[in-house]
Amino acid sequence: MKKNNSIASFWRRYKADYLYILPFMLIFFVFTVLPVGISMILSFTRFDIVQAPVFVGLDNYFRLFLDDSLFPIALKNTLLLAIITGPAGFMLSLLLAWILNELGDKTRAILTLLFYSPVISGGAYSIWAIIYSGDAYGFLNGILMNLGIAYKPIQWLTDSDYMLGSAIAVMLWMSFGAGFLSFIAGFKNVDPKMYEAAAIDGIKNRYQEMWYITLPSMKPQLMFGAVMSITGAFGTGSVITALYGFPSTNYSLYTMVHLLQDYGNVRYEMGYASAIATILFVIMMAINMIVQKLLAGKDE
Amino acid sequence: MTISKNYSIKKKHFRRRTFKSLNRSKKVNRSKTGTITLTMVLLVFSIFMALPMLLMISNAFKPQDELFVFPPQLFPTNPTFKNFKDMFIVMSTSNVPFIRYIFNSLLITGVGTAGHIILSSMCAYPLAKKKFPGKSFLFSLVVFSLMFNADVTAIPNYLVMSKLEWVDTYLALIVPAFGMSLGLYLMKQFMEQIPDSLLEAARIDGANQNLIFWRIVMPNVKPAWLTLLLLSVQSLWPIGSNNFIYKEELKTLPAALNQITGAGTAVNIARAGIGAAVAVFMMIIPIVIFIFSQSNVIETMSASGMKD
Repeated sequence: MKKNNSIASFWRRYKADYLYILPFMLIFFVFTVLPVGISMILSFTRFDIVQAPVFVGLDNYFRLFLDDSLFPIALKNTLLLAIITGPAGFMLSLLLAWILNELGDKTRAILTLLFYSPVISGGAYSIWAIIYSGDAYGFLNGILMNLGIAYKPIQWLTDSDYMLGSAIAVMLWMSFGAGFLSFIAGFKNVDPKMYEAAAIDGIKNRYQEMWYITLPSMKPQLMFGAVMSITGAFGTGSVITALYGFPSTNYSLYTMVHLLQDYGNVRYEMGYASAIATILFVIMMAINMIVQKLLAGKDE
Repeated sequence: MTISKNYSIKKKHFRRRTFKSLNRSKKVNRSKTGTITLTMVLLVFSIFMALPMLLMISNAFKPQDELFVFPPQLFPTNPTFKNFKDMFIVMSTSNVPFIRYIFNSLLITGVGTAGHIILSSMCAYPLAKKKFPGKSFLFSLVVFSLMFNADVTAIPNYLVMSKLEWVDTYLALIVPAFGMSLGLYLMKQFMEQIPDSLLEAARIDGANQNLIFWRIVMPNVKPAWLTLLLLSVQSLWPIGSNNFIYKEELKTLPAALNQITGAGTAVNIARAGIGAAVAVFMMIIPIVIFIFSQSNVIETMSASGMKD
């Protein structure tokens, strides 16, 4: 590229390209990049929407880390849920995509729809409210009591002993999303000749084939799936609110997203809520980087 | 096929056979115990996945007295459409006609999806196939934003909307949908796979950018924008109560339906039947779109995960 281009010739040269990206990028900047930027700036202010923001330096962060009694609870719950449901959802998606891959086209299509249906249907998780309902008419309690396993109804949605477990089941039920679809497609994408060559080279069974051939060749899908799992697992909030109420009993399932909503949507402490948002983002970025490094290093 | 049956004996003779026969021959080193174990795993998870869905669908067809029986029944004894009728009756008692909510949701989903597909495709083309200053920076911003959770930006998004005075307008839900980064990422990955020679040939023949984009690029990435159609409908159709819409007549179908079932705040057992009917009703459109684009989804999702 020549460096002495005037603005006019620069424009003539790239006009078509910039005009093509402009509409999307304009909207992307206004509704994605700008809000992120504002959020990060607001995290250094005290702002209640009504009055102008007041710059307070790192006060929000100090308050969050030192004074907020709910922050450790929210952080603990978020990490706990994410550490369990993130990797588990990822592995389950991979495992089931692998099993489905061995089936015929029609069976695979039907089962793919079955596994994907909780995600596609959006609000279907509300059925778990009936399954978990705390009286004898709750589906799960009904079965357990009928079988004589439980003698009185278990409060799945309000008893702290059972809330984490019941929430994890719902989240795993919903974990077959875009990542799962990308795994299904990834398996189809592996060159069959590689399996052929591997068989000759002494690959004995399907597990070796999976480990030495399939997984290394679908690394992009694995990364994609990992990002989807991480963002999903750390962003948990609305499903829990719908089933367990807001806040959940004893704050047992109170996550970072709930803490953020508590200050942002209920108390209108926008500066403080932004600090929470920024911290959550930093955590997600860090986890993302670690996971990407782990996956990137796998085949080398 | 006989090929796959005899394969283990004649393995090496089939090395140069067609793609298809090689693909089938893959089944060669499968142990029986492994197959049984994996089938059991699949069975267990299929039941785990299917039971709640089945319960939800069957609850929608249960009369009130069958919803609360001990022990609970999976299937209705006297299936009825009463829950669906009730859903429409309850909805018709609200001040805003039911059809208005449906219209709102269809409008937002339809316009949002169409605009998103067109704008993200147009933006993806130069990012994938052209060289211009700022390209890699813009693309990394898009990828970077994929890691951003939507809840995280809710607060400043509201500030942007209120500055634009878009609160309580359709624009607040439609326009941001145009600029969702996942769609751009997907389209860009697919457009990269179009051979440069194809585009170069068109350029030599005198085709301008518009012609190349609409006549060559877009038809070549049909599976990608069909996938985008599904992902976009799937994210826009369930939009319910949100920070931007407070006027009743602008609310979406899910927002209105949530008001009768009480989802989102507490669980309303008294309307469990209607709740199930609502969930089933809301699933119809995304499932239709899924089936419509299913074969394409499978093809295109794999490429979306690919890095160059």
